[in-house]
Amino acid sequence: MNDLLNYLPLLLRGTGTTLMLGVGGLVLSLFLGMIGAWGKLGRSPIGRRLADFYTTGIRSVPDLCWLLLFYFGAQNLLNKIGTMTELWDGVQIPPFASGILTIGIVFGAYMTETFRGAFQSIPKGQFEAASAIGMTEFQSFRLITLPQLLGYALPSLGVNWMVLIKTTALVSIIGLQDVVFYGLSAGRVTRKPFLFFIALMGIYLLLTSASNVVLRKLERRYTVGRRIGQS
Amino acid sequence: MMDLFLSVLAALNEFSTTSSPIDFMLILRHGGLFLEGLINSFTLVALSFTLAALFALPMAVLKWGRVPVAMHAVSAFVYIFRGTPLLVQAYLIYYGLAQFDDLRDSIAWTVLKDPWWCVLIALTINSTAYQVEIYRGGLEAVPHGEIEATKAIGLGKLAALRHIIIPSALRRCFPMTGNEMIFLLHGSAIASTLTITDILGAGRQLNSEFYLAYEGFLAATLIYMTVIISLTKFLNFIEKGIMGHIQLTSPTPNVLP
Repeated sequence: MNDLLNYLPLLLRGTGTTLMLGVGGLVLSLFLGMIGAWGKLGRSPIGRRLADFYTTGIRSVPDLCWLLLFYFGAQNLLNKIGTMTELWDGVQIPPFASGILTIGIVFGAYMTETFRGAFQSIPKGQFEAASAIGMTEFQSFRLITLPQLLGYALPSLGVNWMVLIKTTALVSIIGLQDVVFYGLSAGRVTRKPFLFFIALMGIYLLLTSASNVVLRKLERRYTVGRRIGQS
Repeated sequence: MMDLFLSVLAALNEFSTTSSPIDFMLILRHGGLFLEGLINSFTLVALSFTLAALFALPMAVLKWGRVPVAMHAVSAFVYIFRGTPLLVQAYLIYYGLAQFDDLRDSIAWTVLKDPWWCVLIALTINSTAYQVEIYRGGLEAVPHGEIEATKAIGLGKLAALRHIIIPSALRRCFPMTGNEMIFLLHGSAIASTLTITDILGAGRQLNSEFYLAYEGFLAATLIYMTVIISLTKFLNFIEKGIMGHIQLTSPTPNVLP
């Protein structure tokens, strides 16, 4: 028990890193997801192709594989380009940036599907009504689609977030000092690995449970219109 | 003819080792390593998926039937193992259990010191937690009329479960089960962190042996893509076959993937 208390500050610092990675990855993935959904539902066939390629490609390879490929591969590629063009040499991509990039790009593919589904849940009649009263396409997007989108996207978005925060555990493999990294080394030093892995599981359970509570609240808030409409 | 072939091969090799950014001949020459990885990944996923299905189905029935005490135990199990990362679960089994000296002296240690078994156990436990929720969702989607019909024709509870309710539920949650299989394949990549030569492990081994940065990972990525895309196509094909007669509305995806 004493060991756990001694290492608590380190574990908390690691949890901070985990959360920063999670939130950073989430923001990037939401952004990419919006672009992806726009590509999938847009009129351009090239955009649709690209978006399909993105989601299928990303989702058919394990996240750990992408992480290692981006971390080691992208660095090497950058350095090769650097030596070829003699513009820079010996660039280091910090593991933190690789982590956020990988998580953002991977979950962007899942978010694309989330937003696509949410867009399609909005009844068609509403767009027709919007154009009937003379709204432009952009106005109808801003005033009709966007406010409802979050409500429809939230359940699936919440699932993605839960998977995302658990996926951040993988970054310890490329040497990022997240909560798993500190738990692993604390377990090694104190020779009580079991204790520290149980502690890690406790921390992740806290994170996922807290997210669950927040998501429920958000869901209730963003579906008010629909719930009143139904009753 | 043979000469031509050999000279083409030599030219390819030359191009691959000198000018091409990716030495693909090197990857091809280590096809055996990747085949070993493929077999390892496949065995791990097939075994853990089957074992997890065997554990999860009775657990799902307990939860669905609201059997007192057992239902709460199942819920707690699901809550714990779906709420924590698979990597931490695998570390807990592989590194964590070594903390107990009594365990290290027991017979169980012959299994638990082997990373392959540890990964198998971790994947099985993790997948059990997810599959319990999937099957429970399937059971809950069985129309009430079907259950009433089993009572009307005088089937006992167990017989009704075995012949009517479980088959119907499994069919209804087939898409989710297929998804879980694919996520399990994704998860199995953590085996490479515990020194196992799975698909990703083969890539890592190639990289460290030849001081490469990404060739091995690139090969692993392509293999995963091929395997998972074919598996998805195959599952969709089966789905059409067994779902033809029910109008399929996939169960609401409030189950974690």
